[in-house]
Amino acid sequence: MTYIAKPKFHHPGLPKNELGYTHRDYEGKISTLCAGCGHDSITASIIEACYELSIEPHRVAKISGIGCSSKTPDYFLGNSHGFNSVHGRMPSVLTGANLANRDLIYLGVSGDGDSASIGFGQFAHSIRRAVNMTYIVENNGVYGLTKGQFSATADRGSKSKKGVMNTDNAIDLVAIALQLGASFVARSFSGDKTQLVPLIAAAIRHKGAAFIDVVSPCIAFNNHAGSTKSFDYVREHNDAVNRLDVLTGRDPITVDYAPGTVQVVEQHDGTRLALRKIDADYDANDRLAAMTFLQKHAAKGQVVTGLLYVDPDSEDLHTHLDTVETPLNTLEAKDLCPGSAALEKINASLR
Amino acid sequence: MPVQSPISSVNDFVVRFANVNGSGSASANELFARSILRHGVPVSPRNIFPSNIQGLPTWYEVRVTEAGHLGARGGVDMMVAMNPQTWDKDVASIEPGGYLFYDSTKPMPTSKFRADINVIGVPLTAITNSTYTDPRQRQLFKNIIYLGALCALLDMDPKVVEQLIGEQYKGKEKLLSSNVHALHLGRDWALQNLKCPIGLQVKKSDKVGDRIFMEGNSAAALGAVYGGATVCAWYPITPSSSVAEAFTSHCKKLRHDPETGKAKYAIVQGEDELASIGIVIGASWNGARAFTATSGPGISLMTEFIGLSYFAEIPAVIMNIQRAGPSTGMPTRTQQCDIIACAYASHGDTKHILLFPEDPAEAFEFAAQSFDLAERLQTMIFLMLDLDIGMNHRLCRPLKWDDARQYDRGKVMTAEMLDEPGRDFGRYLDVDGDGIPYRTYPGTHPTKGSFFTRGTSRDRYARYSEEGAVYADNMQRLVRKFETAQDMVPRPLQANAAKPTKYGVIYFGSTAPAMDEAIGLLEARGHQLDRMRIRAFPFHSSVASFIADHDFVYVVEQNRDGQLRQLIVNENGIDPVRLVPILHYDGTPITARFIANAIGDHQDHLKVTPLRKAVS
Repeated sequence: MTYIAKPKFHHPGLPKNELGYTHRDYEGKISTLCAGCGHDSITASIIEACYELSIEPHRVAKISGIGCSSKTPDYFLGNSHGFNSVHGRMPSVLTGANLANRDLIYLGVSGDGDSASIGFGQFAHSIRRAVNMTYIVENNGVYGLTKGQFSATADRGSKSKKGVMNTDNAIDLVAIALQLGASFVARSFSGDKTQLVPLIAAAIRHKGAAFIDVVSPCIAFNNHAGSTKSFDYVREHNDAVNRLDVLTGRDPITVDYAPGTVQVVEQHDGTRLALRKIDADYDANDRLAAMTFLQKHAAKGQVVTGLLYVDPDSEDLHTHLDTVETPLNTLEAKDLCPGSAALEKINASLR
Repeated sequence: MPVQSPISSVNDFVVRFANVNGSGSASANELFARSILRHGVPVSPRNIFPSNIQGLPTWYEVRVTEAGHLGARGGVDMMVAMNPQTWDKDVASIEPGGYLFYDSTKPMPTSKFRADINVIGVPLTAITNSTYTDPRQRQLFKNIIYLGALCALLDMDPKVVEQLIGEQYKGKEKLLSSNVHALHLGRDWALQNLKCPIGLQVKKSDKVGDRIFMEGNSAAALGAVYGGATVCAWYPITPSSSVAEAFTSHCKKLRHDPETGKAKYAIVQGEDELASIGIVIGASWNGARAFTATSGPGISLMTEFIGLSYFAEIPAVIMNIQRAGPSTGMPTRTQQCDIIACAYASHGDTKHILLFPEDPAEAFEFAAQSFDLAERLQTMIFLMLDLDIGMNHRLCRPLKWDDARQYDRGKVMTAEMLDEPGRDFGRYLDVDGDGIPYRTYPGTHPTKGSFFTRGTSRDRYARYSEEGAVYADNMQRLVRKFETAQDMVPRPLQANAAKPTKYGVIYFGSTAPAMDEAIGLLEARGHQLDRMRIRAFPFHSSVASFIADHDFVYVVEQNRDGQLRQLIVNENGIDPVRLVPILHYDGTPITARFIANAIGDHQDHLKVTPLRKAVS
C-alpha cells in the first residue's frame, strides 16, 4: 500500500458510465506491488467491473486481511472505505460490517496465505453463513511478503523458487466453497481479464456468498519452472468451462444469443447472467456436477476456470436472521430502546 | 442431643444444598430461595457448580439475611446433604449447633455424623418410591419433597411456595398439581414425624421492598438492549454464555418491528472468539453498536483484535465474565483475575477502559453506558463482571431508564458536515484537543470522508506511514484520549468512617456486598476505615487523592497477584508499600468474614509492630 495518490489530471474525453463516472473514479492509490504482479491485474479487473456496473464507488466497502493481496484494496475505489484488518480475519470483519449495513456492497479481498491457512476457518464460516459479499482470493500459492514460503494452496510436487519440493497436499478453495454451500463459485486467472471482469461483475450482483478464486502468479517468488501457479503453467493448463457476459436489467438479452448456445441464469436481484458454454453438457446450476467436474479435471492437472456454480435462488445471512430492511446502523434510540415503561414491567417480573 | 446448643435464628442463617449435578435439584433449590424472598426476607443465593454436565458435586447456598447482607457469609447453618460423594466434607462444614438434613431411607453409621450438630433424617427415597414409579419422576420429585419438609422445619408458609409453583407452571396444570402434591408429601411427613419448627425459622418481614432479584449476566444483556446494541457475536464459554442467551431472549421480546415482525438486531454465534470479536469490530466500524461476551480464555484469543480496536480506534464492547484462571483454570469458579490482561490487552503499548459493576443494577447501567463510551471514545470498552455477579441471582435496586436519554454516537461526520466550507477531514486529526478524532461511516459521501482503516501506522489523514515522528504523534494522541476518558467513566464512590482514620480500603465489583458487611464487622473490632469503590479504569484523580489522604490503604480483590493494586501503582506512581493487598482467590466468592479477619488482623498487628515491618 502507498500514500502516493495518482495524479488528478485525466483526459477530459474519457468515456463515462451511466452515472457519469470515468475509470479514474474507480481507481485508488499507486500500487507498490512488484511490477507485473498478477494482483495488479485483478485490481484492474475490479475497477473495470465496478465501472461497467455503474456502481457508486463510495457504496462499496472493501475489506482485506494481511498480505500482498490484502494491500490491493488501497489501489482501487479510492472513494470507498477500506479496512485492512488482521491476518486471515477479513471474513469476520466483513460479516460484522455487512450486518451493520446491508445496503452497501461488500468486497472481501484475501490471499491464499490469508484464507487457506490462518483464515481457513473464517473463510469457511463466512461462506456457510451466506454473507452477501464478493470474496476474491488472489491466489499465488506462496507467501510473497515474507519472501517465498509455500502457502496451503501450493500444489503437491510444485517447487519453490529455492528449489524446495512441496510435499503437502493443496487446499482447493473452490472445492471447499462448493462443499460449504457458496451460492456463486468461480475460478479465474489474473491474466484473463476477458473472463475475470464479468465474473467479478456477476459476483457483485449476486445475493449471497460469491466466491472467486483467482490464480495470480507471484512474479517474484512463484513464477518459475516447477511452479503450478506461474503464468506459463496456468496458460498451458487452463480449461475454461464457459465465457460470460453480465447483462443488467437495463440491458435485455437480444436475439444475437442463439438458442441452445446461451444459458441465462436469473439471479435473485433480477440480474441475468448469460453463460456461453464451451462444454455442451456443463450445467452451472448443478453443485454436485461442479464438484465432480472440478475433481475430474484437477486429477488431470487442469485448472478449471469460469463460473462453476451459481444458485439463482440464493439467500443471504440477513434473510436467515430475518433482519429489518433498514440498515441496523441507522436505527436510533427511538427504534431500539424499549423505554422505561417496558423496564417497569421487567422489574415487576423479577420480584 | 448434641452438647452444643442448637443454633437459633430467625431470618438470619445459611442453608446449603449439596446435590449431584444433573439431578434436577436446581429449580427446587431456587424455588426455596424465591420462597423466602416472597416472605419479605432478603436472600443471597449462590451456585457452586462443577465444570461438568452430570454426575459431579454441586452446591446451592442460600443466605437468609434480614439485615440484607448480600455477600457470601461463610459457614453453613443447615446442610441439606443429598450427595453421598461429598458427605464427609458437607458434614464437616456445618457450624457447631447447626443442622444436617439427610435422606434417612438407608441407615447410616453414627460415625458419619457429628456430635455437635443436629441431625434431621427424612426417608426421602422411601417416600418417593412409594409414590412414583417412573425413575425420572422419582428423582425430580424427591427435590420438591425435601423442599416441602424444609417448609415445615423452617416454618415457611406453604401457600407462598404454592404460588411460586403456580407462576412457574402457569398453563401446565398437570405439572403444577403434581409439584404441589410433592411439596405437601414432604411437608406433611415432616409435620407428622419431626419436631417442627427447628431453631432456624423464616418469619414474614418487609425488608425486600421494591428490589428485584436478577442475575448479572441477564442484567448486562438487558443493558445492551437499552443501550442500543444491534449486533452481538459470541462464542459459548462459561460463565458468559448466558449473556448472549439472555440478549437473544430480551431481543425476541423487545426488538421486533411491530409492522413487519422483523428483527432489529443480529445475533451470530461465531465459530470461535476470534470471529466473534472480528464481527463486533466490523459492525462497529460500520456504525452499529456491537458487543461480545466472553471470559478469560476468550479474552486471550481476542487480544490481536483488541489491539486493532485500540490502534485503529474502532468502538467495541466486550463483556468479560471472569472466572478462575490462568489457562482453563477453574471454569465454574469466580475470580477478578483479568484486570491486567484486559487493561493492557494485546501487544505493544495499549490501555483499555474497564468498567467494574458491583451488582446487576450497575451491570445494566454500565452495559448501556459502555456503548456510549465506546462510540464517544472510539475504543474498546470492557465490562468486567465475574461469575459471582453474572450467574447468581442478586437482590438489587430496580432498573431505571430515562426516556429522554439519547445515545451518544460520538464524533461522526455526516455528508453535510463534510461539505461545510473549510472543513478539513483527517481521520486521525485531533481537532478538539481531547485526543478523539472524527470518523465517518462507510458510504457517507461520494468523494469526501473515506479513509483506509488499518492496524499499521499511519498519519493524521490515515495514510500509511512508518515515520517515527508520525507514529509517536499518534501514540501520544491515544494517551490524550485515555486521559479524556478519566472524566467520562463512572467515578469511584467514597464513604468515610464514622470517626477520622488514617486507614482506607479500596475494592471493586462483586466484592462490594461483602465489603459493606465487613466494615461493620471491623468497626465491631474497633477499626475504622474510609472506603472507596473503584468503578472504572482509567482511574479518576480522586483515587490518587484517596491514597494520599491515608497512611495505608488496603486493596481487596479476588486474585492472587493483586492486579488492581498493580494497576494503581503502575498508573499513579504510588509507593507500593502504602497499598496493602487483601487477596482471596480460591474460586469461592469473597466473604465478609474473610475481609474483616484479614484487615482486622493486620490492623491489630499495626498497633504493636513498627509500620515498616508490618507491611514489608
